[in-house]
Amino acid sequence: MTRKIIPIGPYHPLQEEPEFFKLHVDGETVVDIDIEIGYNHRLIEKIAESKSFDQVTFLVERICGICSTSHPFAYVNAIDDLLGIQVPERALYIRTIIGELERIHSHLLWLGLAGHFLGYNTVWMWAWKYREPILDIFERVAGNRQNYAMMKPGGVRRDMFEEDFPWIKKTLKDLIPKFDMFKGAVMDDPVIHARTEGVGVLTKEDVHQYSVVGPTARASSVAIDIRRDDPYAAYDKVEWKVITHEGGDVYSKAVVRILELYESINIILQCLDKMPKGPIDSGIKDIPPGEGIGRHEAPRGEVIHYVMSDGGNSPARHKIRAPSYMNIASNKKAVVGETISDATIILAAVDPCYCCTERMAVVDYKTGRKLMDGQDLVRLSQEKTEKIKSKLGRR
Amino acid sequence: MRQEAIIQNIKVRSDKDLLEVIEKSKNRAYFTINKNILAQIARYLFNEEKARFITASGVDTRKAVEILYHFSIDEIGFIVTLRVILDKSSLEIDSLTPVVKCVEWIEMEMHEMLGVSFKGHPNLKHLLLKDDWPKGNYPLRRDQ
Repeated sequence: MTRKIIPIGPYHPLQEEPEFFKLHVDGETVVDIDIEIGYNHRLIEKIAESKSFDQVTFLVERICGICSTSHPFAYVNAIDDLLGIQVPERALYIRTIIGELERIHSHLLWLGLAGHFLGYNTVWMWAWKYREPILDIFERVAGNRQNYAMMKPGGVRRDMFEEDFPWIKKTLKDLIPKFDMFKGAVMDDPVIHARTEGVGVLTKEDVHQYSVVGPTARASSVAIDIRRDDPYAAYDKVEWKVITHEGGDVYSKAVVRILELYESINIILQCLDKMPKGPIDSGIKDIPPGEGIGRHEAPRGEVIHYVMSDGGNSPARHKIRAPSYMNIASNKKAVVGETISDATIILAAVDPCYCCTERMAVVDYKTGRKLMDGQDLVRLSQEKTEKIKSKLGRR
Repeated sequence: MRQEAIIQNIKVRSDKDLLEVIEKSKNRAYFTINKNILAQIARYLFNEEKARFITASGVDTRKAVEILYHFSIDEIGFIVTLRVILDKSSLEIDSLTPVVKCVEWIEMEMHEMLGVSFKGHPNLKHLLLKDDWPKGNYPLRRDQ
């Protein structure tokens, strides 16, 4: 049988992280994968060296469009670590609320896309519909639905108002029955089980070898979460638990993300209740020479920023590592041995800030002739779901 | 405490090759070591302490190029940073990829951004920059 290559990517307007996967296939089975990144490299680390410490907060907010507060969060943690200062308590609670709201909307976004790839377009529409109230909260708190500009070294940039709290609480509590519905749809549906269980498995050992982070690691029952392990903001002041699941497959990753939605709401509600009154900024003036490492558990896993100062106005070096940098590399392990129709959902399962499947095309390795395009591959995945549905006698 | 035990273990294992230790805070420690024992200490952290490799930061300090390998011991939220200082006249170091597989990408990145050559790396090509990027042009070097 001819060995063929399926190129996936690299560009799509919805992707803020263009990637290029080349699947080497033998018949239906994926036998190898090449991963190429760097199509949208903006050299932000270099630009940071020409901005003031304050401006860098805005710069790094533009790294990612979906989890836009994750990078400023890790960056302000790095500056706080460099200075060794104590941030006002009210600011810590506000930071936590912003971080958790972002996790909810990001997980819902992923859930919708995962539903679409599997042929559950209703899940897609609903997940994105219930993401809207979260964006409404952001609009009320920060004035923006994305790029909230709330973080600031030594504090936060804007205060939250107590008169908004009852409305925020009600909006969040109203979402819980909707999450129950998603939980039921994923955990009780035999078709979803058939499509996702045992697919794209990462073992505990793989998690260590590839050093993957976030829900991708927690779905393989590796309980790592920076919020608990290296506490920052107000995460050690509220009660919550780290969600893990055994299995390491696509199903486990979905379950972990869905259950984390509840924990995020739980954290925000406690923060709103416990938030003390007081200042929100410690008024940092100069940054002395030194170095700091800041971490934040973003929706996709640990974001880390390393900042070195030489006593000047801007960072002497600013190193940034996003979670997908580690997680995408693990696809090499997860996708090999699986079928083409499952590749779509496996590559999407690490939530690589959107896996761009519309750009997939099956090309004959020898002739270069296009055999299938992205739409065909999504159709292939959806048809597989339909087949399983009819086999199980479900509509 | 486990933090102290790990710090002590690294001190003992690196012996004369340990140049400086900075215990910045309870959860952050920086070790400056000679490059010949990097693999040995990395193996200790990754295999024995089951540390997670976070990333490596390559820094051009004008006088030299520093590489900082960050490891996280998640059970205690501890970050161990191994700092290796490379003289600009010979930017060469043994690749850590054979010891810790997931170092592969970041070594490719430091190779193209700072011009560090990693001996024994399985696939030292461009990661982020395009393939026809001018040779000898390193975006993160401060002397260019």
